[in-house]
Amino acid sequence: MAGNTDPLSPRAKLAVTAGRAAAAVSRAAGRGSGSVIGGRVALKLDPDLLARLARHLDVVLVSATNGKTTTTRLIAEALRAGGPVVSNALGANMPAGITSALAGGSDAKFGVIEVDEKYLAGVARDVTPKAIALLNLSRDQLDRAAETRMLAEHWREGLSGSKALIIANADDPLIVWAASSSANVVWVAAGQEWKDDAWSCPSCGGVMQRPDDNWFCGECGFRRPTPSWALSGDYVLDPHGSAWPIKLQLPGRANKANATTSAAVAAAFGVPPQVALERMYSVQAVAGRYDVVSFMERELRLLLAKNPAGWLETFSLIDPPPTPVIMSVNARGADGTDTSWLWDVDYTRLAGHPLFVLGDRKLDLAVRLEVAGLDFEVCDSLDQAVQMAPPGRIEVIANYTAFQDLRRRVGN
Amino acid sequence: MSDNSLRLVWIYPDLLSTYGDQGNALVVERRARQRGLDVQRLDVRSDQPIPTSGDIYLIGGGEDRPQRLAAERLLRDGGLSRAASNGAILFSVCAGYQILGHEFINDQGTQQQGLGLLDVVSTRGEAERCVGDVLADIDPQLNLPPLTGFENHQGVTHLGPTARPFAKVRFGNGNGVGDGFEGAWQDTVFGTYMHGPVMARNPHIADLLLKLALDVNALPPADDRWYEALRQERIAAATETA
Repeated sequence: MAGNTDPLSPRAKLAVTAGRAAAAVSRAAGRGSGSVIGGRVALKLDPDLLARLARHLDVVLVSATNGKTTTTRLIAEALRAGGPVVSNALGANMPAGITSALAGGSDAKFGVIEVDEKYLAGVARDVTPKAIALLNLSRDQLDRAAETRMLAEHWREGLSGSKALIIANADDPLIVWAASSSANVVWVAAGQEWKDDAWSCPSCGGVMQRPDDNWFCGECGFRRPTPSWALSGDYVLDPHGSAWPIKLQLPGRANKANATTSAAVAAAFGVPPQVALERMYSVQAVAGRYDVVSFMERELRLLLAKNPAGWLETFSLIDPPPTPVIMSVNARGADGTDTSWLWDVDYTRLAGHPLFVLGDRKLDLAVRLEVAGLDFEVCDSLDQAVQMAPPGRIEVIANYTAFQDLRRRVGN
Repeated sequence: MSDNSLRLVWIYPDLLSTYGDQGNALVVERRARQRGLDVQRLDVRSDQPIPTSGDIYLIGGGEDRPQRLAAERLLRDGGLSRAASNGAILFSVCAGYQILGHEFINDQGTQQQGLGLLDVVSTRGEAERCVGDVLADIDPQLNLPPLTGFENHQGVTHLGPTARPFAKVRFGNGNGVGDGFEGAWQDTVFGTYMHGPVMARNPHIADLLLKLALDVNALPPADDRWYEALRQERIAAATETA
């Protein structure tokens, strides 16, 4: 399939135009990129618009608790080797945002779409994707989100009839549970540091056994499938046994895992691993994440961590002590309004780093660090924290809205 | 206390540690050590026996299915009930609180037997899920400052004659019955819906458990600066949103 050969109906065209107008108004009013409002207006005028816009595309959906924006970006870069790509690169990942992104790509061949976990089954029905990449599931925003295992169950039911090729992480039992009802699955050993949401078997409730990197349920026999792709150190192992080096600019083990999954997706779309990986190396930052910025004559690296699994992966990629670390935590709607999750993060991993704390909920973090036995400074602003930080590049870790606040402050 | 070390038992981290309540174990341990106590922390997974020689047992909140599995395994094991009858101190949160009662509604919508260590019965609320900051006054018998926490539950808990309400809410829902009560306690068994985690926002509760375990009326002071700052902020927030 190439390009947009089958023209949109007059109604769909009107919907796209109305959506663009609404987005322009929203941008002019200073309310962000306007992609969500635009999509909402368009979907109201034509509820089938998403399905119609996707009909001309070879689509891959990407969903997960963590890493979906970055992986979407890596896949998009890889697939550009095969033709033009349309993607919701800025992370607007609910139906309105997706619609708006697709409406902007009438010449594209591929659609690379990040989907919010709650909407995956519905979007998969609407756009009949060629492939779906599933990375990981863990606790996130528990004051408003579905329970983690329920989400896996919901995916399992929603994807069971799908004809899409599922490309799924064999190292996350919840992902395996969600994917294994599908007929066509490519298993990727992408690893997962966080294990605390999958100690009980998603199938029977038995206690999961996890020797080394393996896992299985001793009671019902549910076990880790044999992967055909794997991340092994700094290499992607493909199904033919070839090892391809990963030389990303993006830091950390989690991004090597994202690249491995992306290579498997690219192969399913006819792009060989070497070509796919080389294209991924151009990615330096994703929606501000991992960006190194200068601020007050200092270098700051901006890192997003929204939940315990995300913080854990972030701790493993920061520079060693005595690199200063600034942390900012908010609890606004988009973050989840309960901060209890801070106690599921092992902050003792930060021992030896000079620590600076800010954000709406800096006092929750202060108590957390006090109980972890760490020294820290509570600051009123990023400026103050940067001023107090000893020399060297500063790692700045923040959750969702705190990250947006930081980006605004540093002009990123 | 046995051989000068406080035995702190964290029950079923594989099932009931989803809402940050392991913070309660961290706070109790930290404040015990700050008072010069040696602490032995035991994390007991649901395929391991519950030791009966613990001083303080903590149970947290969890999702609906793990709650059912935890109740089944705790009943089968019997260790926690034996520990309670030996006078051990039990502090439970949310799903754990419901498990300590006579019965609760499980993920399959059926009544499930609890341990019966608290004279309470939990049902599923018909109203909207209770989510948000709570401010409450703790039972005057316990002589503690106001309770601040974050609730996130659908369950409603009714107290029987033997259980006393742990607190009376000023803002928020608590047990959700409509009588303004939050949590329950009797003898050395406590239950609450408060996350936050509750000990991080109310270190005096951690100290109460330590005093009960040590059988003393007072503890050496600890540095409460950050806890107090957090308490003031959350109390103000609960008051504002109400």
